[in-house]
Amino acid sequence: MKELVVISGKGGTGKTSVAAALAILARQAVIADCDVDAADLHLLLQPQKSESQIFRSGHVAMVDTEACIGCGTCMRVCRFEAIQLDPVSGKAVIDPLACEGCGACTDVCLSSALWFEERECGRWLVSQTRAGTLVHARLNIGAENSGKLVSLVRKKARSLAEEQKVPWIIVDGPPGTGCAVIASITNADAVLVVAEATVSGQHDWKRVAQLAQYFKIPLFVCVNRGDIHPLLTAEIEAEALVLNAQFLGTIPYDQKFNQAQWQGLTIVETQVGPASLVIRSLWDQIQQQFKP
Amino acid sequence: MTLAVASGKGGTGKTTVAVALALSLAGTRSVQLLDCDVEEPNTHLFLRQHRRTVRTINTLVPRVDPEVCTGCGQCASHCAFNALAVTGGKLMIFPELCHSCGRCLRHCPVSALTETPVPIGTLTQAEDGPLCYSWGTLDLGQPMAPPLIREVRKEASVEELTVIDSPPGTSCSMIAAVRGSDYVFLVTEPTPFGLNDLGLALETVKGLGIPHGVILNRSGRADALVEEYCARAGVGILMKIPESRRVAEALARGKTLLDPMPEIAHRFVELMESL
Repeated sequence: MKELVVISGKGGTGKTSVAAALAILARQAVIADCDVDAADLHLLLQPQKSESQIFRSGHVAMVDTEACIGCGTCMRVCRFEAIQLDPVSGKAVIDPLACEGCGACTDVCLSSALWFEERECGRWLVSQTRAGTLVHARLNIGAENSGKLVSLVRKKARSLAEEQKVPWIIVDGPPGTGCAVIASITNADAVLVVAEATVSGQHDWKRVAQLAQYFKIPLFVCVNRGDIHPLLTAEIEAEALVLNAQFLGTIPYDQKFNQAQWQGLTIVETQVGPASLVIRSLWDQIQQQFKP
Repeated sequence: MTLAVASGKGGTGKTTVAVALALSLAGTRSVQLLDCDVEEPNTHLFLRQHRRTVRTINTLVPRVDPEVCTGCGQCASHCAFNALAVTGGKLMIFPELCHSCGRCLRHCPVSALTETPVPIGTLTQAEDGPLCYSWGTLDLGQPMAPPLIREVRKEASVEELTVIDSPPGTSCSMIAAVRGSDYVFLVTEPTPFGLNDLGLALETVKGLGIPHGVILNRSGRADALVEEYCARAGVGILMKIPESRRVAEALARGKTLLDPMPEIAHRFVELMESL
């Protein structure tokens, strides 16, 4: 079984559209949406039956306003500016979005008015789709620990793939280079970067490629909307050589991506066009690479 | 006054709008642009980089004096992030898990721990004409963006107008960038992904209690769905930027929106006055 993670660095380069198309082409796959704070894969794969579970992680400070004497000791010790004294009552007020759940305030409270509760950070779901079983999630607003939720989604996808004996896990990754991306790619069999022929797309692909190198993960790259700036596309192809990434091809700007999105389909399920042909060739090359 | 430019979905045009907004307003007043998308900062790719200065940003991580440490494990048992562990009577510290809360120091009975700065990224400042701007760059392999984002946010001066380019998503990084701003522009596009993620971003800024409005980028035939959605959600569409191959090609080459659409500067100034 092989796990392929689709990332991009920059957002909006077409990760989800490409990942969904690859999942369809793979025929037998478990799919994981690791973009847990702006998940979109379900819009293309239209899940039918879903089972959801609560994801709890970390803690949040709670205050007993009856017991609080408004001394402000907790406020001074908090390094996340998560505690203020209410201007009217003079009692401590916790901002749950700023609280990182370290517990420092509970150590110093003079009136034992503070305690810690486990935080509900989101939900994760296992759904059935026409491309296979989809594991996805919804991180609560402003929640921490997206890396932990990503790891949970990947772990669940792996155990389902083992159970179903499917040869592929296709992962739709998050943008960026931080904790959610690191959690998405560590120990994967390969990373596919969907770069974009723009100055931002080029800058961001290089960073994310270096990150994948740092974790020693084999790297593929393709350029989306390559015809917007052919010179940059050529530069990215050259950079791929330097960064030890296998360049798979250039996807042209194609309105069919949008049309497919409105229909809740992937581009390889709509009328054949230039972009869908390139995506088929990407998949052929990836499969070739992993032939036993 | 601080204006943040955010979106749920990536690639909707946050940086495009933030740069064009900052440049447009810099013609009339003192403006500062802060790029808080520290995992993939891009604003500097569209601006000249005069008088560039770079400094390293550190977070505080505990360091143990092995001569003093008794291996009692008090620090580890009080760390909410599992950043410390005692194995074989010896204290191990995992800096990448540390949130720099300082709690371990307080629980060490023999004062064996001190805090030491560890680099997590850089903060660069530069100027493009009257516009001063700064961006954070998170070191590769460094998981936690919020401490660096908070440092970039500290660059905001009270007298000046500050424009913030936020990271995508709705998690802790986006909150760290947007929190405490006076207004949020939510940039979206008329696609199912754009609409879905606009919903998430709206929920987030409502949760933060910050006034907000929508900027519809790549506007075109499918606008009606976003318009209906915004009408139902009771949020105004402040501006539309039309879908155009010419604009896409200019942005791809590192031009700002003001290059193919110079008239938009005036619209940003008007928009600002209307707030």
